[in-house]
Amino acid sequence: MSTRTLISPAQLARPRGKALYWTVFAVVVVAFTLVFLGPLYWMASSGVKDAQEVVQTPPTLVPKSFTPGNYSRAWDVMGLSTLLFNTLFYAFGALAFQLVLDVAAAYSLSKLRPVLGKAILGMMLATLMIPATVLVVPQYLTVLDVPIVHRNLLNTPWAIWLPSVTNAFNIFLLKRFFDSVPKELLDAASMDGASPMRILWSIVLPISRPIIGVVSIFAVVGVWKDFLWPMLTLPDPSKQTLNVGIYSLSNGVPVNVLIAALTIASLPTLIVFLVFQRNIMSGLTAGGLKG
Amino acid sequence: MAAPSLTPSTAAHARPSPPRGTAPAPPGGRLAKSLRRNLTAHGFLIGAVVCFAVFSWYPMIREFLLAFQKTEDGRVTWVGLHNLTTVYHDPAFWQAWRNTLLFTVLALLLGFAVPFVTAIVINEFRHGQGYLRLLVYLPVMLPPVASVLLFKYLYDPGYGLLNEVFRVLHLPEQQWLQDPDLSMLSVVIASTWMNMGGAALIYLAALQGIPGELYEAAELDGAGLFRKIWHVTIPQTRLILSLMMLMQIIATMQVFVEPFLLTGGAGPEGSTTTVVYLIYQYAFNFNNYGAAAALGLLLLVVLAGFSAVYVKLSRNDNE
Repeated sequence: MSTRTLISPAQLARPRGKALYWTVFAVVVVAFTLVFLGPLYWMASSGVKDAQEVVQTPPTLVPKSFTPGNYSRAWDVMGLSTLLFNTLFYAFGALAFQLVLDVAAAYSLSKLRPVLGKAILGMMLATLMIPATVLVVPQYLTVLDVPIVHRNLLNTPWAIWLPSVTNAFNIFLLKRFFDSVPKELLDAASMDGASPMRILWSIVLPISRPIIGVVSIFAVVGVWKDFLWPMLTLPDPSKQTLNVGIYSLSNGVPVNVLIAALTIASLPTLIVFLVFQRNIMSGLTAGGLKG
Repeated sequence: MAAPSLTPSTAAHARPSPPRGTAPAPPGGRLAKSLRRNLTAHGFLIGAVVCFAVFSWYPMIREFLLAFQKTEDGRVTWVGLHNLTTVYHDPAFWQAWRNTLLFTVLALLLGFAVPFVTAIVINEFRHGQGYLRLLVYLPVMLPPVASVLLFKYLYDPGYGLLNEVFRVLHLPEQQWLQDPDLSMLSVVIASTWMNMGGAALIYLAALQGIPGELYEAAELDGAGLFRKIWHVTIPQTRLILSLMMLMQIIATMQVFVEPFLLTGGAGPEGSTTTVVYLIYQYAFNFNNYGAAAALGLLLLVVLAGFSAVYVKLSRNDNE
């Protein structure tokens, strides 16, 4: 690597420097593996222990009993298939709503620039200043009785989907990216008679694939990790998300079955993360902090 | 700057520019054209704006109104400062603020310093950076319930792994979540494990932006490792450090999920009752939305102070 960091290459090249570097490196790699993978190993391995071994003092590092049936029991008893399906349904529904409505809004604010556009953007960004937990109570009351239409959205996916659109941070990211799309390109297209819709679809969106990817990941992960809001708005056990469903059943099942359920619940996001790690991690640092 | 959105189009008309001429002339005059353009633009905006209006802006207003109202059997009455005094005289009020503050301080000591040191160390390595970054970020991707319940299992005084490690190291076993003096620290440790990945990666990106010449210059002046960190690394990342610290203060003061799942919210002797948990109790256990809103308003005022600093700093950042 050519970039210079804290410790000079000359220092590292010396025999003592080399020895020190490899010692520190080995210690850190082992420590990090223990701290971050250790609990995950503990989770997966405790999931195959039998009911006695899992609550035994002292605990066993390598399971002595092997009851993989815990996993299938967890799947059946906790209704994980329903919970998993619900969570996917809410997450991808929220993604669809955000992609359509937030992309359209960001495009309008960035390129079509309507009257009052700046004021609207300002009001959207102002919501970032209000701590989310403070708004939970009035938002909950709003979902109970939506103004004007007077509908109760409790136990419906709308209670997740519609509020997810109010993601000012995603709109901000999208708008900032759209701002960087050269104006000449759009002018040329509109001269050829392309409508704003056509320009968005055929020019802006293809260029914006990276940011759309980042925003999509934020949208899905946001719903996947949320706890308080789905717990309040989806009290019906058959409508719950993975997080809430596992929490509400956690006291009624044996420890080894619960741990097996936690392992199953962790797998989807872990797999997605391992596949898309590059996009996810670059998206994270692209999110607003440059220079 | 009353209508900045109009300036580009009027400028285009004032200039004798050829581009517009080739486009098919829209029906009607300039006014109709501008109207049509605005209608299209607002058409693209309307969906998001309606969602914001119903689920963000209206609740924001309602939060303020609720704090001064009382709802009984569907009848709404104005009660002035009654909700605020109710909240203030609640014996849990000061305890909740103390706990929230304690959580914030501990979370900063751990959740701020640990990711920064981690980032500095990872950045020095010429090997395995990808692997270490992956490890640190892994917990962020887990569903919080999985991480938290896993920690509950690890913390168990009897069969938990943590006390087993302590036994092997000949350290005194701890009660962790059941010990009122230790419960909050246990919550913070779990929370740090779950959330530090994001901060560590942001610091890492900031460290990689530090020009190497600065370190070389510091070495020529005879600076050692710690003086280089103190005089180069920290000043160079000062802005991101302060922004992240404020964001973390704002986030940690709203802590809810971790104590709620680990200790049931209140914890032993109320030692993990936080302000947001108190809000939750008012609203969803006692159906006292007014008190919940009043306490929410207080939290908002406290956090607004931090937010003001944050906005000021990010302004400077953009210049």
